[in-house]
Amino acid sequence: MAEPLLSVRDLVVEFPTRRGVLRALDKVSFDIAEGEVLGMVGESGAGKSLTGAAIIGLLEPPGRVASGEIWLRGERIDNLPREKMRRIRGRRIGMVFQDPLTSLNPLYTVAQQLIETIRTHMDVSDSEARKRAVALLDRVGIPAAARRIDDYPHHFSGGMRQRVVIALALAAEPELVIADEPTTALDVSVQAQIIDVLKEICAERGASVMLITHDMGVIAETADRVAVLYAGRLAEIGPVRDVIQAAEHPYTSGLMGSIPTLTQTADRLTQIPGSMPRLNAIPQGCPFNPRCPHVFDRCRVERPELIARPAGRQVACWLYDKEAQNV
Amino acid sequence: MIAFILRRLAQSVLVMLTVALVAFALFRFVGDPIASMVGQETTLAERAELREALGLNDPFLIQFWNFILRAVQGDFGISYRLQQPVMELILSRLPATLELALVSGVMAFVFGVGFGVYTALNRGGWISGTVMTTSLIGVSLPTFLIGILLIWVFAVELQWLPSFGRGETVYIGNWWRTGLLTESGRASLILPAITLGLYQMTLIMRLVRAEMLEVLRTDYIKFARARGLSNRAVHFGHALKNTLVPVITITGLQMGSIIAFSIITETVFQWPGVGALFINSVRFVDVPVMAAYLMLIALVFVVINLIVDLLYYAVDPRLRVDRANARH
Repeated sequence: MAEPLLSVRDLVVEFPTRRGVLRALDKVSFDIAEGEVLGMVGESGAGKSLTGAAIIGLLEPPGRVASGEIWLRGERIDNLPREKMRRIRGRRIGMVFQDPLTSLNPLYTVAQQLIETIRTHMDVSDSEARKRAVALLDRVGIPAAARRIDDYPHHFSGGMRQRVVIALALAAEPELVIADEPTTALDVSVQAQIIDVLKEICAERGASVMLITHDMGVIAETADRVAVLYAGRLAEIGPVRDVIQAAEHPYTSGLMGSIPTLTQTADRLTQIPGSMPRLNAIPQGCPFNPRCPHVFDRCRVERPELIARPAGRQVACWLYDKEAQNV
Repeated sequence: MIAFILRRLAQSVLVMLTVALVAFALFRFVGDPIASMVGQETTLAERAELREALGLNDPFLIQFWNFILRAVQGDFGISYRLQQPVMELILSRLPATLELALVSGVMAFVFGVGFGVYTALNRGGWISGTVMTTSLIGVSLPTFLIGILLIWVFAVELQWLPSFGRGETVYIGNWWRTGLLTESGRASLILPAITLGLYQMTLIMRLVRAEMLEVLRTDYIKFARARGLSNRAVHFGHALKNTLVPVITITGLQMGSIIAFSIITETVFQWPGVGALFINSVRFVDVPVMAAYLMLIALVFVVINLIVDLLYYAVDPRLRVDRANARH
């Protein structure tokens, strides 16, 4: 297999607090291949956004990467000096945030923000940067881009602003785009358009995408592979079709069961009993064990690591370890 | 835009009229003007004649109208105490006050914003801690005490700077006497300017710091960082500019206060400005000067507020409603 574009190994993110250190991400490992779209799902607080922030080096203090490694095309980037990391942000890893209404600086025109970003990373003249900016806006589907580029963010609607945000994230042609819930704050009617724009433009440029969302529908339509996070740990990772159709981790199957489908008629959607543990009260063993329908003794004592499964899948569940031994 | 300016001007005129009413009322309530103008030997008939000649028997509205007409032409009558036209008195002392206010205002703004940004960006550092603690002195000590302390340290003990007056002054044009062009003038300005500006500086500093901390947490700052912009661009281009609207408001209001309340500083440092003139006028119930001073300060506030509103427009595009409406 070719070298992955991004490789995260045993990433641990901790928040020192007065009452001890909270482990928000615990030994998370995954790869993103060249041109691949990796979906990252999980409940609120599972650590999806933190993973993105850790990769791009923008964890908010006091949060910090306590251990683990992040590699971008064979170069280790989690311990780079600040200035070097800054040059990677925007240039090699772009980021799209959740709320387009607050992502743009209200005091500058779209042109000013785009040109500033382009000229920070590329050695081009002002007029050249402007040409690129207009082309970008045009590409992300802003009508009359050449005229609207001199408007301020408040002149645009939410969906249009998110297109601008995507243009900004892609302005310096990054190899990886981290999209942190890019459609959550948008109207349902424009969500699909934004996802399409993001997906198309990244495919066009061969950029990989890490798509963070809690919307399984978006993942199913967009992602190549999906990683499921639970309480700061990876529960399962694998090709999106396989995971959706035949989830292996009990948490994932619970998640899938909670999604309504058009073909099935059910009185009630399945629901996972209980809620995700708080960071300071993660149970011993498997973090999912108090809510798991298939829990057995080992789950309460020993923590499961990711176990390799057929078809490039991995799952962190003792059920499959037992199987492996028996077969 | 023009409609906005016209509307604000109309409001300003209304404010000025209200203040004029108060100023005018001073004449009526602070004793009988005739009594303070004539001697004891004047007969009642002569007094009545004078009253008629001065128009004091006219209906209230007519008197008020005449007062405003004269005020607009810069005629506030003759000072009871100094027997000089009030406008001349004020104009001769205005440069001293304006120079003092301007220097301390600029000082307060520059150092206030500078320290504010520094302490916001270097939270927890020992320099920031020291600056923040020291700034408490600026907020909590009364102006006259700061003035006296400065005089004691720098004028009495160290003898570096003069303790009172404006030093040598020279004329620019016909009536603007400036102390900025002579060395002793500049030296004399330092202590009063610090005294007057210290409170405003700490206020601006704390405001800038609080606003910066607020703005640095916003999504657009995070996004600016995620785009790999340099720290300099993020802090000054994106963050500082977003703190400016409240900072401009406060600075503008403070500029008004600096001019209006320079009275204390001028008294402590024997600064020959309008504030000192006002204090002396109050002591001698010199109503025309008091009234004119009141009007002058009101005018200063109104003008500054107008400028502040226009600056909003320059800083924040979201307020330029007319243009946005035209687009949609």
